[in-house]
Amino acid sequence: MLWRGRTTNMEKLLTELNPGEQGTVVAVQGGRGIQARLRTLGLAEGQTIRKVSALAWGGPVVVEVNRTQVAIGRGMARKILVRCG
Amino acid sequence: MRTSVAGESTRSAEQRPRKHLENDILLVGQPNVGKSVLFSHLTGVRTIASNYPGTTVSFAMGRMRGKGSTLIVMDAPGTYSLEPLDEAARVTVDLIDDAKRIINVVDSTHLERHLPMTLELIAQNKPMVVALNMSDEARHKGIGIDVEKLSVELGVPVVAIAARSGEGVKHLIDACLDLRPGHRPSGNESGHPGHHPHIQHPFPAGRSGAAPEHAHLDRDRIWRRVGELVERVQTLEHHHHTFADRLEELSIHPLWGSLFALVVIALSFSLVRLIGEFLITGAVGIVGKPWLELPFGTELLFEKILQPPLIRLSGLLGPGSFPHRLLIGTLVEGRIDFMQSFGILTSGLFIPIGVVLPYLLSFYFVLSLLEDSGYLPRLAVFLDNFMHRIGLHGYAIIPTLLGLGCNVPGIMATRILESRRQRFVTASLISIAVPCAALQAMIIGLVGRRGIGPVLVVYGTLFVVWLLISLVLRFTTREFQPELLVEIPPYRLPTARALATKMWLRISGFVREALPIILTAIVAVNVLYQLNLFTYVARFAEPVVTRVWGMPSEAVVPLLVGILRKDVALGLFAPLELTGKQLIIGSVVLAMFFPCIATFVVLFRELGFKGGLKSIGIMLLAVFLTGGALNLIL
Repeated sequence: MLWRGRTTNMEKLLTELNPGEQGTVVAVQGGRGIQARLRTLGLAEGQTIRKVSALAWGGPVVVEVNRTQVAIGRGMARKILVRCG
Repeated sequence: MRTSVAGESTRSAEQRPRKHLENDILLVGQPNVGKSVLFSHLTGVRTIASNYPGTTVSFAMGRMRGKGSTLIVMDAPGTYSLEPLDEAARVTVDLIDDAKRIINVVDSTHLERHLPMTLELIAQNKPMVVALNMSDEARHKGIGIDVEKLSVELGVPVVAIAARSGEGVKHLIDACLDLRPGHRPSGNESGHPGHHPHIQHPFPAGRSGAAPEHAHLDRDRIWRRVGELVERVQTLEHHHHTFADRLEELSIHPLWGSLFALVVIALSFSLVRLIGEFLITGAVGIVGKPWLELPFGTELLFEKILQPPLIRLSGLLGPGSFPHRLLIGTLVEGRIDFMQSFGILTSGLFIPIGVVLPYLLSFYFVLSLLEDSGYLPRLAVFLDNFMHRIGLHGYAIIPTLLGLGCNVPGIMATRILESRRQRFVTASLISIAVPCAALQAMIIGLVGRRGIGPVLVVYGTLFVVWLLISLVLRFTTREFQPELLVEIPPYRLPTARALATKMWLRISGFVREALPIILTAIVAVNVLYQLNLFTYVARFAEPVVTRVWGMPSEAVVPLLVGILRKDVALGLFAPLELTGKQLIIGSVVLAMFFPCIATFVVLFRELGFKGGLKSIGIMLLAVFLTGGALNLIL
């Protein structure tokens, strides 16, 4: 599942980030429902996030945003585009 | 392949008739912000509070005295915004409409995440106070908040509190009583921006309930406004890594976290067993020979203290008479056997107090520790992958664990799950394959007499049944599966106060609700035996009970009593002189066959009539096959 209209190499999907790597959310793909839900947990455009860990065999991705840890299912994490460096 | 738009599925949920619930003060806030703790402080009503999002799935009501008047306070389930995404949040939105005053409980350590809803609430034009909870934790983390400035910016009173210790709660009550119902303190009741020179309207115009396009635009404005607010009122100091931080990193690490989870689970089960056995027998040990035996425990209490007067009573009544049968029960080899005699004063007291209560105490102590520490959401994250493979959601583990205590709160807790299918599957699995603590105590007490092996076979079978039913349902009911999206709370040291409150609530609930049913069940059994009514039922049920499951036909009695209480029902196997195999099959079949009456009622209430019937159908098929399979294999 590839991001639509992805441009630079600096931009990665949240699933591609290494544990410990930090970045800024560039965009969240998906319907209004998913966007609103992610936003209530602080996952929205412009926010700085740090990937804490990714559980084995396609398990959830854990990120830290605004000093809170949030666990995100892998499919949902694939819809979050992050710019790092 | 999982694809998802989480939350979308619940939009189409059935339209419930809206209940009108008058309340003077409504506590509103996001999940796991401490509303329940604050509620207990305000009203003195004890509620169950834990450290994971979704503890309160319905609302609690209590009274608060203040300045000569009594106010009704309501504790609503947590919601992330006024656009409800699950059943619990929908309840809150209904309640807000009927509220006279609102206390918006906010987490001081995460202002930027909580203020959006504060702004939505302010736009509702209800008199309200903002309670900045966990201000102690914020101080600890080096987060400074200018409370006065925030109050001016928002145009509503703001009070810093720490609900766990009670700090600032008095101020909050005062601020709340100063609110006049129907009037906004900032003086802009009309909903237009205020003209007071120092008070800006926090979020001009745009009430919720506007057209979707508008609501979307409004959300962007809300988020921008929150960004400004936080910039202005919050200062951050550098925060040093603490032990809790290290533990947090470790317990979410792909490898160490899995080991950590295994250790926590093994430790929890051992602890339940250790404390439970100690309270019953006074022996300290988990398996095999105990390390230490103390003159303590409920067994000793019954054998040494209750036995002598009961023997005298037995002589007085004369064995064989009906009063004797009712009060003492039947003598086993001329003696009172607390497990087998089945009189009101013998087994009727021994089963609930001597066997079940110790295990309930022990189970709820360990569960409360897990709940309050904040570990459960982490466990949900770890199990999410496995759970998805069998068609469930990681968070479904929390209702399931609660179900191991009592199926009733377990099934109610399935409301934290988003989709109807998830709720149906999780609740059905709890009612069929998750034995409650009372039944488990009896399984350990009765089946355990034949060694640890048979106990493990019973547990193993129930686990396989749980697994198989979820797999079958996964492949037969194709529906989209919402993905996990959950906030992981920080670790917190459980407080003795919260622990004691929770234990008290759960144990007193057992005494109040279960004890009368247990005694009723025992009376019913004795009356029916006396009238010899069971022989007819036994003959009717014989084809299945005897031919398929390989049990004696009298085993139908415990199975029927199981509809009232499972613990008493299992006790009825004791006098039947079953073989080891029959006892295992009996225990498994009893655990699965019709849920007890309390669970039955809640199951139908939560799943609806059709859902309940479907669930019962699955149960009947599963129990028929499982009992038959065990009879063939063992």
